[in-house]
Amino acid sequence: MSTTQIVVDILTALAIGLVAWYFWFSRREGVEAAAANGVQEIQIKVKGGYDPDIITVKRGMPVRLLFHRMESSVCSEMVIFDKLNRSTRLPEGETVAVEFTPEQPGEIPFQCQMGMLRGKVVVR
Amino acid sequence: MSAVGVETRAHVDEPVDTETAEHRREYRTLMAKFWFAAIVSVPVLLVAYPELPWLYVPYLFGDVSEGTVRLLWALSGLVTLPVLFYSGRQFFTGAWGAFKHHMADMNTLIALGTSAAWLYSTVATLVPSIFPEGTAVPFYDVTAVVTALVVLGQAIEVRARGQTSQAIRKLIGLQAKTARVLRDGREVDVSVDEVEVDDIVVVRPGEKIPVDGVIVEGQSAVDESMITGESLPVDKAVGDEVVGATMNTTGSFKFRATKVGKDTTLAQIVKMVQDAMGTKPPIARLADVISSYFVPSVMIIALAAFAIWFTFGPSPALAYAVVVAVTVLIIACPCAVGMAVPLSMVAGVGKGAEHGILIRHGEALQTSAALTTVVLDKTGTITKGKPELTDAVPAPGFDVPTLLHLAASADRPSEHPLAQAIVSGAAAQGADPSDPSSFNAIPGHGVEAVVDGRRVLLGNRKLMGREGIDTASVDEVVQRLQGEGKTAMYAAVDGRMAGVVAVADTVKEDSVEAIQVMKEMGLEVVMLTGDNERTARAIAAQVGVDRVLAEVLPEDKAMEVHKLKAGGKKVGMVGDGINDAPALVEADVGFAIGTGTDVAIEAADVTLMSGSLKGVAYAIEISRATMRNAKQSLAGAFLYNTAGIPIAAGVLFPFFGVLLSPLLAGAAMAASSVTVVSNANRLRFFKARSFREPAPAGHLGGASA
Repeated sequence: MSTTQIVVDILTALAIGLVAWYFWFSRREGVEAAAANGVQEIQIKVKGGYDPDIITVKRGMPVRLLFHRMESSVCSEMVIFDKLNRSTRLPEGETVAVEFTPEQPGEIPFQCQMGMLRGKVVVR
Repeated sequence: MSAVGVETRAHVDEPVDTETAEHRREYRTLMAKFWFAAIVSVPVLLVAYPELPWLYVPYLFGDVSEGTVRLLWALSGLVTLPVLFYSGRQFFTGAWGAFKHHMADMNTLIALGTSAAWLYSTVATLVPSIFPEGTAVPFYDVTAVVTALVVLGQAIEVRARGQTSQAIRKLIGLQAKTARVLRDGREVDVSVDEVEVDDIVVVRPGEKIPVDGVIVEGQSAVDESMITGESLPVDKAVGDEVVGATMNTTGSFKFRATKVGKDTTLAQIVKMVQDAMGTKPPIARLADVISSYFVPSVMIIALAAFAIWFTFGPSPALAYAVVVAVTVLIIACPCAVGMAVPLSMVAGVGKGAEHGILIRHGEALQTSAALTTVVLDKTGTITKGKPELTDAVPAPGFDVPTLLHLAASADRPSEHPLAQAIVSGAAAQGADPSDPSSFNAIPGHGVEAVVDGRRVLLGNRKLMGREGIDTASVDEVVQRLQGEGKTAMYAAVDGRMAGVVAVADTVKEDSVEAIQVMKEMGLEVVMLTGDNERTARAIAAQVGVDRVLAEVLPEDKAMEVHKLKAGGKKVGMVGDGINDAPALVEADVGFAIGTGTDVAIEAADVTLMSGSLKGVAYAIEISRATMRNAKQSLAGAFLYNTAGIPIAAGVLFPFFGVLLSPLLAGAAMAASSVTVVSNANRLRFFKARSFREPAPAGHLGGASA
């Protein structure tokens, strides 16, 4: 093996480690939904993903997620809450509210129809 | 942060065409991007392969000097740049959006693949000296052609996707556009959105009923087939409910609006179907888990393939390594895996909705497909649930018209359901009952009345015994009728036996056919009833049920279902949502039979808008077809990816010298997602054996393409 080959292989191995760490193991912080007038509300931008994609809420208080889709890609036109048995269409450029009141602590994931875009509501 | 009370739109009462218009716009945009990339691809391809003389344009001019070739490469690099950033823009914005959230999707792969190809090519063109001998060859054609192919695939997908959710659009399209309401005593046409609760709405012959309400004046027959699937018009009079989107026939009437906007039955159905379409059957969970790990795995495989080819591959190793890594990135199609089940769901649930069958979630669909046993409640499910006149047998010296006339007249003042059945049944056979001059109901026995001056007794054996009337001439008939599960009543005139009339809860017209279809499908059909054994057996024999569980108390129905389940069966329970609720919940799948308007949507896993049992057979058939379809797509997508990625990585190369071209990989990737969508679309043409006859005109099913 030449020096170049060894260097390239080490760099590739590092890149593999980086990919695995970044996409699988790095911790992500959630954003807390702001409570006002008895409702925890947060705006979620939909463009290539959900922004923010991790939302923390308190249980027992109604939650209102305001989805705002800012792209025309068909992938993100539905947002699905499998646990809540609910799906909502997100017309481009409009704000659509999804409301529910979490009673149990835990996670309520949401995603696009294909499961490519993902997010979750963490109930504390 | 916006204040509470932000105005948001409910998605059910949106204009019909929003989704279609959005899809059309997206399709046009993608096609424009495709054409741009395709046109740029042509010259780029023509200068890319000196080893293919017939494709290599510079040979035509005889000038293939190093300088010319490099110039052409540089030009290729320049013209492919707008392909990346115009045609392929969405890949980069999408990839970046996902990257920020520590996620990666299809966009990531395509963006990485096409940009890696472009960057390598550009470095190779500008500073060839840094590469080992012979590896400084660009492949701009990959950037342009792959972008064109994937964008074309997306365009086809957008178009096909619109078709899978066609059913929803058809449902929304049923909504009337305008309504005629009374305002200040005058009839005014208003948009259907402006109708308010308690408005008085005027409906003329042949008009569509705009919203839900209760008739306050007039009468008519209403075609409710678009909601219930039931083809016969339903008679409506003052006090009856009407449902928005159904069609008035010949009468005219006024009704008071009770539900408008998103509260109407139609809006509720649309909402429910939409929600159901978004849910996933359990088999999709695995696909979801896989797709969440998929893209980073592909990136890792691409990197590993790069290193292996660079280290062990043939010369020129760097060029091979880059091509292989790019091919791996491009061929992987996470979309196909993620889309397979949801798209079949949308098509299958939509197809059900077209026939008045509302499947509430993916799990119900998957379980319906796996049912082995169907338990049918008798009263109201197999039978009509209300008694009808079935027989009139005159005693010697009497004839049928006389018997019917006397019996119906005697029963006319009675409120008893059996009496009502005789009166309406006789009228249907042409009898013209007169009002009795005296009438007396004898509890537990029957009635006595004076009809046309004659004393008529109508009732059971006890009544005849009390009056000392000889029943010998009809005893045999009575026994036969009772054996058939019917309720027989003796009629006597002026102390003489006149004959027997019988009423029974009759079987719905299509119950026999529906049960036949279920049996053809390999299902065991069980009848569950609180009725006595003899009546139950009689009905069971008529409709061809395999097994009868009779004399079951209402509270024990759930227990019987539980016992069947304990015996290893997958049990579907069919009943009316309210009385049978515990058994419906206990069953693996609960089917609630509605009668049109008063659908207990929340009550069951599957709601049948019409009262026909055929809906159950259809629901199971469409579930089976949908699950089959979803599994095909899922298996295809898995197979494609598990075979495609290693081939792209070059596993076949050491043995057969086969290496996949990135161009072919791009085409295969586009084709694989198009295949999944097309497969789901096949469900739209699904024909069930439970609905052999063409649907009536105006009904959703009749309009389907």
